[in-house]
Amino acid sequence: MGLLSKKDTKLITDPLADNNPITIQVLGICSALAITAELKASLVMGIAVLFVLGVGNVVISLMRNIIPSKIRIIVQLIVVASLVIIVDQVLKAYAYELSKTLSVFVGLIITNCIIMGRFEAFALGNGPWRSFLDGIGNALGYAVILVIVGFFRELLGSGTLFGIPVLGDAIEKTGVYSTGYENNGFMLMPPMALIIVGLLIWIQRSRNKNLIED
Amino acid sequence: MEKRTDKNVYTILFAIAMVFVVGSLLAYTASSLKPAITENERIEKQQNILYAMGFNENEENTIAFVSTDTVAGLFASIVKEQLVLEVQDGKLIKEQTREEYMAANNGQEPYLIDVKKQQAQAKQGNPRKLPLFVSEHDGETLYVAPIYGKGLWDAIWGFIAVDKDMIVRGTFFDHAGETPGLGANIKQRYFMDDFYGEHLLTSQGVFKGIAVAKGNNDPKNERKEDYKVDALAGATITGDGVSAMIKADLGLYVPFFQNLNK
Repeated sequence: MGLLSKKDTKLITDPLADNNPITIQVLGICSALAITAELKASLVMGIAVLFVLGVGNVVISLMRNIIPSKIRIIVQLIVVASLVIIVDQVLKAYAYELSKTLSVFVGLIITNCIIMGRFEAFALGNGPWRSFLDGIGNALGYAVILVIVGFFRELLGSGTLFGIPVLGDAIEKTGVYSTGYENNGFMLMPPMALIIVGLLIWIQRSRNKNLIED
Repeated sequence: MEKRTDKNVYTILFAIAMVFVVGSLLAYTASSLKPAITENERIEKQQNILYAMGFNENEENTIAFVSTDTVAGLFASIVKEQLVLEVQDGKLIKEQTREEYMAANNGQEPYLIDVKKQQAQAKQGNPRKLPLFVSEHDGETLYVAPIYGKGLWDAIWGFIAVDKDMIVRGTFFDHAGETPGLGANIKQRYFMDDFYGEHLLTSQGVFKGIAVAKGNNDPKNERKEDYKVDALAGATITGDGVSAMIKADLGLYVPFFQNLNK
């Protein structure tokens, strides 16, 4: 396996399943509830977090020996906030359309506990390369859950995927709707995201009994 | 032994250095990118106004503005006049043409009037400047007014195109930070398109506005004189914000349209 050692590979694969940030570490729940009403928003958020967590973990890891422990949380917050703001400004200047799509996520990324959680738990104690892999792995694990939740909420709540109607026309009663099926508006509400995440946790733990805490 | 990084002096020096470095970095980024950002915002405003007037490159379900290369030319040829109205206590006290306004305001274009600042001015009892963009196309005259209000998290705004009887002929809504998939859907075609043909005035000429209403029982939006459009599921406060800004800001233009139809 030339590029990644076995230990390094685990940094990426673990958060995808048995150490998933959302279902196991219970980090980043807030944004998982807030923005998963649409598949597209879920995906965009996943990619944005991938970028911020990957770069942020490296920056914190490089600074890990000089950060005063008394103010380390503030330092972490400043690093992530400045990173996100700089990216947002650059996008506004050179990719305005994209920045319009992403701007609503900026606040959500800064306050996302998954970012601070990984800085604190991993980047402060590990080298840059391993921190980078940890950031990528956790962001992917986060994105996977977001996309699954977004898929079910958009499909059952609006009858669309990526904004494209897949179940027929709800108003003209074509496709599935001709059988009397209705969109479940409740799926668009944040509580339903919590229930779907709960179901995912249930499925995951029933398949792997080691994850169940006594 | 105490670690070097645990000492108070080190902590304070680190904090000062960090603030200095991060502060200058952000200030440098912001000031060096400002001209490009302002230019993008100016283009977007023209695109928004043209969108409300019905000029776009939409496909079936998507929103697409006229391209950035053509927008300036189109804006100049379609927007025949940019009026600036001044209202105070519900009365129209002044009406300026674009040339008059620009001569009095160091050449600032009326479409760059900051609606938010004007709202703050009016709150202090000053007269409020209201820009109104007049387009002529296919022998028809449309009037576009900017509106500005607040949603759940942050600002929301829009441009409403009406004909001389204040019947809506086009809308564009946008927002700074509404929840994706919920309140952010005011920027979706199916929400904006619902406003088309809605009346703002009763047959007696009383201004009613358009409310974003739940339980409207009119999902296809066939009733155009009910002063209501169908609300978005899960976005009550954003929807109320849209109703409120239409009522507050468009209401100010009523005296102008009354004069127009005299």
